[in-house]
Amino acid sequence: MDFNDTAEEAEFRAEARDWLAENAERKTPGKVYKYKRGEPELIPAARAWEGEKFAGGFSGIALPKEYGGRGGTRLQQIIFGEEELNYLIPPPIFSISHGMAVPTMLTYATEEQKQRYVPATLKGDQIWCQLFSEPAGGSDLAGLRTRSVRDGDDWIINGQKIWTSGAHYADMAILVTRSDPDAPKHKGLTYFFLDMTSPGIEIRPIKQVSGYANFNEVFMTDLRIPDSQRLGDVGQGWQVAITTLMNERVSSGIRPAPDFEDIFQLARDTELEDGPAIADAAVREKLADWYIKAQGVKLLRARLMTALSRGERPGPENSISKLVSSFRRQEIAHFGMDLMDMSGAMMDPDKVPSRALYQQALLDSPGGRIAAGSDEILRNIISERVLGLPPDIRVDKELPFNQLPSGSE
Amino acid sequence: MNFDFSEEQFLLRDQAKKFLGDRSSPDVVRAVLEDDDKSYDETLWREMAELGWTGTTIPEEYGGAGMSGEDLCVIAEELGRSLAPTPFSSSVYLATEALLMAGNEDQKQEYLPALAAGEKIGCLAVSEGVGVANAASVKMRAGDGTVDGTKVPVADGDIADFAIVPARTGSGDDLSLFIVDLNGSGVSRKAVETVDPTRSHAEISFENAAAEPLGAPGDGWSIVQRVFDRAAILMAFEQVGGAQACLEMATDYAKNRFAFGRAIGSFQAIKHKLADIYIATELARANAYYGAWALTTDAPDLSIAAAAARVAASEAYNLAARENIQTHGGMGFTWEFDCHLYYRRAKLLSLALGGERRWKDRLISQLEARNSTGEE
Repeated sequence: MDFNDTAEEAEFRAEARDWLAENAERKTPGKVYKYKRGEPELIPAARAWEGEKFAGGFSGIALPKEYGGRGGTRLQQIIFGEEELNYLIPPPIFSISHGMAVPTMLTYATEEQKQRYVPATLKGDQIWCQLFSEPAGGSDLAGLRTRSVRDGDDWIINGQKIWTSGAHYADMAILVTRSDPDAPKHKGLTYFFLDMTSPGIEIRPIKQVSGYANFNEVFMTDLRIPDSQRLGDVGQGWQVAITTLMNERVSSGIRPAPDFEDIFQLARDTELEDGPAIADAAVREKLADWYIKAQGVKLLRARLMTALSRGERPGPENSISKLVSSFRRQEIAHFGMDLMDMSGAMMDPDKVPSRALYQQALLDSPGGRIAAGSDEILRNIISERVLGLPPDIRVDKELPFNQLPSGSE
Repeated sequence: MNFDFSEEQFLLRDQAKKFLGDRSSPDVVRAVLEDDDKSYDETLWREMAELGWTGTTIPEEYGGAGMSGEDLCVIAEELGRSLAPTPFSSSVYLATEALLMAGNEDQKQEYLPALAAGEKIGCLAVSEGVGVANAASVKMRAGDGTVDGTKVPVADGDIADFAIVPARTGSGDDLSLFIVDLNGSGVSRKAVETVDPTRSHAEISFENAAAEPLGAPGDGWSIVQRVFDRAAILMAFEQVGGAQACLEMATDYAKNRFAFGRAIGSFQAIKHKLADIYIATELARANAYYGAWALTTDAPDLSIAAAAARVAASEAYNLAARENIQTHGGMGFTWEFDCHLYYRRAKLLSLALGGERRWKDRLISQLEARNSTGEE
C-alpha cells in the first residue's frame, strides 16, 4: 500500500496547488467564504470563479479539449477538488451543470450543440438546472406526469416540477417529460434541454426549514421546445435520464460541516460540570464513533481513487459516503448544540461557536438525507446493486402509465 | 496512490481462502465446539505452520518468512472468515510480536524459530479477573526470578508452552514483563469455559514459578500497549473477515428463503438491515486497511489507526453476527445452523485486547495527544 501520489499525480497536484495559491485565499480556522448559499451576490461570484478556473485550465478537467475541457483524468479532477477545498471558494453552484448536464449533452446532443453549450458552461457563462423531480415523482422519478405533446417542429410542455435546485438563477435546463401516457411508465418518457428564459416558465422558490430557498417549484404552461432540442429518441427519456444520474459527481469536494474535527474542538473548548467536555466518557464514546465513520469515508475515497487510477469505473459502492456523512452531520449538529446547553438554542453567529454552524446544520441537515438519493433509496441501491438482493415486487412496471393508481382518485 | 493490497497479496489471500475453506470448515470448527477435551484443531495448526503462516513476520534469520505486516493482515482476514480454531492470535499476534519488540538476542534465538515452526505456542496473560485489565489492575508480583499470582482468562493458556506476563517488581508500582514456562513447577492451570468454546481459555496460577525478564524493567505496560496496538490491527482483519462471512450468509439466505410468496430479501426491512451491515463492514475494512499500512510502515499514527480499526471492526462484526441470526429467523437460533459460531466469536474478539468502551477512550486520548503535539 502506498498513499503517495504517483509521479504524474504529484506533478498535477503541484500544478493545482500553485494555481490555487495564486488565485484564491487559503482557508484558515473559523473563516468561511464571503457569500453563503442563498445570498444573491454568490451567483456572479461563482460564475467569475468558474471563469478563472476555465482560463487556468481547471474547469472540466476530465472533459475533452475540443469542448473546452482539459483532456485530463477523473483522478485529476478529484485531486483538484481535494486541493480546492483548502481554499475559500464559492459553494458548488455548478455541480449539476458539470456533473449531469454536460455529460448528457456530450452523449446525446449534436456536434453543433456540444460546441455551443459545453464550453459556455465550463466558462461559467451558463448554469444548468435539472427539471426531473415532480410532486408525483421524487424517489420514484419515472412516475413523473409533465406532458409533452408534439406540435409540428416543436413540442408543447405542460406540467410542474419541484425541488429544482437553482432554477431561479439557471440559464439552461435538462427536462424529462411524459410523451406517451398509454405506455408503461418507463417507456413513455422523452428528454429535452431548454433555455430557462423561454416563455411559459414560472418559478416559485420553496422556503426550506433553514429559511433559505435553494429549491424551486417550476411551472410550465404551453412551453414550446424545438424538436432539435430533444436528447435521445422519443420514448427513450428514461435511458437518457439514467445517463444523467450515473454521472452524478464522484463526490469530490463534499465535506460535511460540522464534522469530526469541529465537534472534537468544541468538546475541548466546552466546560461541563466536571471539567472539559472532552474528558466526559459519554462524549468520548460519541466522538470515537464519528471519528471512525469520518475516517472510514475518507479512506473509502482513497480506495475509489485507487480504482480510478487503475482505470476502473467506480460502482454503486460509493453510495456509502453520502449516506453515512449526511446522517453524521445531523447527529453532530444535535450533539454540538447539546454541549452548548441552553445557549445552544441561539442562531446569532456572534453568540454561539463556529458562527452558528451547528444551528444551521440542525436546520438543513434533514435535506441532506433526502437530496441526491434519500437514505432509503441509497440502502435499496446498496442492497440490490451491491449485494444482489431481488428488487421489491413492482406493481407499476407493465401497466400503461395512465392506469396506475396514484392515490388521488 | 495505491490503497489496496498487491497482486502477490491477492494470491496469498486466494491461497489462504481455499486452504481454510477446506481445512477449517464448519465441521472442523464444530468438532472443537462440541468436544470438551479438544482445545484446538491440531492438524489445522500443524498445516498452517507448514505453510509458514506462524512465522509470517519473523525475520528469516530466526526461521520465519520475513514478510510484512500487510501479508499477515491478509492471512488474518481469512482466519476470521473461517473461524479457524487455533491459537494463532495468541502465538503470532501477541507472543511473537512481544518477543520481536522486546526480546534480547538469546530470547529471540530460543523462542522465535520454535514459534515460526508452530512447535511452541505462546500466549500473553494480562487479565486477573473481572474489571478493566489495565496497568492498575495487575496484582501479580515478581520476586527474584519468580512470579506469583493468578491470570484469568488467558486465551490459549491451557495449550501454550509459555506465557508472557506483566508483574509488579521492586517496592514501587513498576510493571515489567516476564516469560514463564507453563510446563515448569509452580504453574497450575485449568480450562475456563467462555462464550466461544472454539477458542480455548484458561485460568493460570503461578506460585513461585520461574520467570525470565522480557524487555527493560519498568517497561512492562508500554510493551503490552504497543503489542496490543499491533494485535488490534491484525484482529480487526479477523473481525472484518468474520463480518463479511456473516453478511454473505445473511444475503444468501435472504435470496433463497421464501415467505409470503416472495424471497425475504425483496422486503426493504431485510434489505436495509443488510445494507447497514455492508456499510459497517466496509467502513471497518477501510479503517483496517489503514491500520495495515500503519503496521507495515510503523507510521506515527499507528496507535490512532489501531484504535480506529479496533472500534470499527468490533462494531461491524457484532452487528453482522447479531443481525445474521435475526435474518435467519428461528433457524438462526438453532445449534444446527452456523450463525451462532460467528455470534460467539464476534463477542469474544471484541473483548480480547479489551472492550470497545476502552478502545474508544484510547482513540480519543491518542487524537488529543496528536493534537497537542501539533502534528496533523
